[in-house]
Amino acid sequence: MSRTVVNAIVNGEPVAFLGGGGQSLLDALRDELRLTGTKEGCGTGDCGACSVIVDGRLVCACLMLAPEAEGKRIETIEGLADNGHLHPLQHQFLEQAALQCGFCTPGLLMASKALLDRNPDPTETEVRYWLAGNICRCTGYDKVVRAVMDAAADLRQEEKPR
Amino acid sequence: MSGVEYISPGTVAEAISALQAAGGNGRLLAGGTDLLVQMRGGRAKPKVVIDLKGIPGIAAIREEAGGFIIGAAASGALIGEHEGLRKAWPGVVEAANLIGSTQVQGRASLGGNLCNASPAADSVPALIAAGAICVIAGPNGQREAPVETIQSGPGKTTLGKDEVLMAFKLPKRPAHSGDAYLRLIPRTEMDIAVVGAAVSVTLDAPGKCISARVSIGAVAPTALLVETAGSALVGSSFDDVALANLEAAVAVACKPISDKRGTIEYRTKVAAVLARRAALIARDRAQGSDRAQGAAS
Amino acid sequence: MSDGNQPPVDFKVVGQRPIRPDGVDKVTGRAQFGADFHLPGMLTGRIKRSPHAHARIVSIDASAAEKLPGVKAIVTGVDLDVGAGGDIEAGEHAAAMKDVAANVLAGDKVFYQGHAVAAVAATSPEVAAEALDLIVVTYEILPHVIDVDEAMMPGAPVLHDDMYTKGVTPKPAKPSNVAQRHVMGRGDVKAAFASAGVVIEGRYTTAAVHQGYIEPHACVASWGADGQSTIWCSSQGQFLVRAMTARILNLPLSDLKVIPAEIGGGFGGKTTVYLEPVALALSRKCGRPVKLVMSREEVFLASGPTSGASMDIKLAATKDGKITAAEMELRYQAGAFAGSPVNLGCMTAFACYDVENLALVGLDVVSNRPKVAAYRAPGAPMAAFAVESAIDDLARKLDMDPIDLRILNAVKDGAKTVYGATVRYSAFIETLEAVKAHPHYKAKLKPGQARGVAAGFWFNIGGESSAAVHVDEDGGATVVSSNPDIGGSRASMAMMAAETLGLPIERVRCTIADTTSIGFSGSTGGSRVTFATGMAVVEAAQKVVADLKRRAAQTWECDIAHVEWRDGVATCLDPSKNVKPLSMKVLASKSAKTGGPIAAEVSLNAQGAAAGYGVHVCDLEIDAETGRTTVVRYTAAQDVGRAIHPAYVEGQLQGGAAQGVGWALNEEYVYNKQGLLDNASFLDYRMPVASDLPMIDTILVEAKPNPRHPYGAKGVGEVPIVPPLAAVSNAVSALVGKRMTALPLSPVSVLAAMGKG
Repeated sequence: MSRTVVNAIVNGEPVAFLGGGGQSLLDALRDELRLTGTKEGCGTGDCGACSVIVDGRLVCACLMLAPEAEGKRIETIEGLADNGHLHPLQHQFLEQAALQCGFCTPGLLMASKALLDRNPDPTETEVRYWLAGNICRCTGYDKVVRAVMDAAADLRQEEKPR
Repeated sequence: MSGVEYISPGTVAEAISALQAAGGNGRLLAGGTDLLVQMRGGRAKPKVVIDLKGIPGIAAIREEAGGFIIGAAASGALIGEHEGLRKAWPGVVEAANLIGSTQVQGRASLGGNLCNASPAADSVPALIAAGAICVIAGPNGQREAPVETIQSGPGKTTLGKDEVLMAFKLPKRPAHSGDAYLRLIPRTEMDIAVVGAAVSVTLDAPGKCISARVSIGAVAPTALLVETAGSALVGSSFDDVALANLEAAVAVACKPISDKRGTIEYRTKVAAVLARRAALIARDRAQGSDRAQGAAS
Repeated sequence: MSDGNQPPVDFKVVGQRPIRPDGVDKVTGRAQFGADFHLPGMLTGRIKRSPHAHARIVSIDASAAEKLPGVKAIVTGVDLDVGAGGDIEAGEHAAAMKDVAANVLAGDKVFYQGHAVAAVAATSPEVAAEALDLIVVTYEILPHVIDVDEAMMPGAPVLHDDMYTKGVTPKPAKPSNVAQRHVMGRGDVKAAFASAGVVIEGRYTTAAVHQGYIEPHACVASWGADGQSTIWCSSQGQFLVRAMTARILNLPLSDLKVIPAEIGGGFGGKTTVYLEPVALALSRKCGRPVKLVMSREEVFLASGPTSGASMDIKLAATKDGKITAAEMELRYQAGAFAGSPVNLGCMTAFACYDVENLALVGLDVVSNRPKVAAYRAPGAPMAAFAVESAIDDLARKLDMDPIDLRILNAVKDGAKTVYGATVRYSAFIETLEAVKAHPHYKAKLKPGQARGVAAGFWFNIGGESSAAVHVDEDGGATVVSSNPDIGGSRASMAMMAAETLGLPIERVRCTIADTTSIGFSGSTGGSRVTFATGMAVVEAAQKVVADLKRRAAQTWECDIAHVEWRDGVATCLDPSKNVKPLSMKVLASKSAKTGGPIAAEVSLNAQGAAAGYGVHVCDLEIDAETGRTTVVRYTAAQDVGRAIHPAYVEGQLQGGAAQGVGWALNEEYVYNKQGLLDNASFLDYRMPVASDLPMIDTILVEAKPNPRHPYGAKGVGEVPIVPPLAAVSNAVSALVGKRMTALPLSPVSVLAAMGKG
């Protein structure tokens, strides 16, 4: 068939899975690797629920073919906590009630991580535009934006602005 | 999407061979942000997907003879991070960076944006206004063609069936030059342009316009180079009369349709408005006084 | 619960902001949503849908698909067996089961693009997709009608030849697309208009909008050879899914177990079934588990948006601003089958105001659109858009402050609503006053900005709920809830239990039970869970406390009246007994000696839900050359009774406001001339993104806790989507310089209204 073995590093560990030209990275993560924390909200790159980080770049896993992952380093929500210790973003999302249904949350967290990885002190406007590709229908974004900014502050080891 | 073959050639020659071998059932993959959506929706049903990103240089940006060569598959994120490019061609960069979300920016390319041939493609008017040249590889070698000659209608290009768009050449910038791209979308992000307008200008030392190119998007089957609009600026100091002439020329050039995103009247009116605003931003940038970056409308 | 049974207000847990019990699962990707289940041997299902807006199905030929290797089952409408039909209570409305079945898989006609016609189960997604292409459906295309007003015109294509308008006497001679005419009112409207000092009139329209939950509908169904089946699915009510699926497939309820998955948003849209009966019918045919997941396009095409509306309104008032009478006709799209929330629109339209004379007519109109589903305060936002716009006109005409005008007309406790209820425990006036005193309302606008104000009402409901509290052997507790947790209800359930038991919140966890593990409950909808299921949780916890006290008394051999329970510890008040207090931990560890495990389950029908009122303020500016609107400041105030977990209450206000802003500015179903949906994607169905909105300030008005709830809770989830449509539109109208009457207020329509388009 047209599927081949794809070798990649997922959350720091080498994995191999089958992937073809008709299969997205999202399908591979969810159906082959059973990493179902990455969600499908639209399959067309418009909602961000499937956000993952590939070689340091934030992408929609639905917009990348599975075989394109060959040799790549992929970070998913399952790898965000460090050996059971929550990332400051995860901690702040919980503290600030920045999720209601929680379905868009994995994507929002990965997108926020990609932001803070390159901009440790974003403005509210920068956070809002960076996260514009992650639709949340529950929260109205207020608490999400606050959580990201406070997590940034935590990461900078500053006092939380209140 | 059953049984789609994925191949990742290491040279352009291999890519062309693969395209020929697929006999019309092959599709080239750069960022994939349009192709994957079309495949999922059943609007594209390729048997072979040919990933171009393994071809050396096609996903990179380099400087050459004072100008820039942007690989056809270079991502929007890469373009946005390139200091030199941002300084020389801020309009091209802001247009490239308006395509989709942060996530889409991680993948989407100028080559894909052009070859997808949407009338509303954000980067195309900016590339046209910039006078960008396409480098195209075919079975018989390379050729060059201005960006405005590539799109021939919605979803259609003038590229041969076995040609591969390799790169965009942006010329060396004369002193006192600037460009800008603006689009109108109902939201602040994530939408397809209802109207887009790009302007690139070069001024003389006192600030008079000595050359100008104006291009508009989403108001005709392809992005348009509006030469009369550029002429309206040349020789002027961007005074009200020149700007009014620019607006009039743009409005005349518009041949839009009414659809779910906008009406003929709206698109025509707003194309003129955005062209004027883009012209003023381009002028400010040419004078080195710009501070606005990436503002939408 | 009886009136006046209020505990003291020095709560230890209620009113705090603890981390939700299910929080870590949801920030680490562990939480399992509808599409996350996987069973051995599971097949992939796909649904074939109508490409036409309206057509008769001449034939369905699945013979080629059946022969395709890997295809294990194919079903069509004939595989459903809804029997006599009848209605099922589905939250805030009753669902006609024949219509639900015909919506799940079409009978002899398709009524909208995307209407399900057949389904396949196959060994891979690729084979399932190929099989769909091989099913040949022959259609006789019929004329279609999309617009609600056009659907009512003589000569419009009639969808159902057995639809004779209900609520009209005598019965109409001919069928039509008007399913029902609702009439309600009081007083002498004619006389009031004749003597009016001011009359305001307008015609308003709103577009159909989708709930827009990010999780598409998804389920796994597994049929057992003995007829006992299991469904895993994301829904707003596992019992509702069980009831509807069992009815559609003619199964006994006890043979069907529905396990609720985490739900990725619903907002009312997951209070019905689309996939579950189809997946189970497929599984029944082939004996293997079948997973069905909608694509986003399918969600837009075939799951419920809410009604677009067309409304005429007329207000009479004195020159001092007292509204004396109102007339209103509301015409709501029902979609392909009867059942728009137009009656709720009529009931809520003037529920904020004390208006003596009212005449309301609501028309429920079918057209070739997907059947509407409940959406957050169903029916109310559209009606409020018209009413609050008209009141804004009145304020301008009389040069009155819009809040003062609303205070003057505000409904007070003891008043009768038009639908016959008596207003109780309302804090509408307090909410208006809170807004007036808020810095936002006092802030000066910048040049080019305008401010809009609007109010909104929602009933909130109670109803049937079950809950259990289990005391664990180590003295902690588990709450078993019967309602899917759509926005943090596990937290409020655990908090109310912790408060009642006197335990720290960390010692109480909450689980959502399947249909076999807890008593029946109505759906997560109607803003009822914290109120009704919360009441069941508290009563169960109270039973547990009573039992613990009994066990302490037994241990001490004292009268139970001498046992006090406080902070999770029993203390003996009998001075003759020299005994140490008994903690929950000790009592639990010795439960075998005092009567066995400690647990209580309560099933009840909660009465006494209190309505909620909201007032929103929106500042915005418009680009005068492009018509683009930017919301620059937003505040939402609401009468919430008492906030159990204030952060999640604030979240409800913020989320509702954001949805309402989307409804006002950009969201709409766009149809082309063929009656096909032109924007079935998140790209062109434009819901607000993060950069579209400012921070959304909230004011939680706790002036009147609901005395009928042990901790004073009122429903909070639905009210906040009612005011935003008019709050936005009133501000836009002020900037445009004329009344905007049609939503959405897209750049195109705003520029046209400014005379510049």
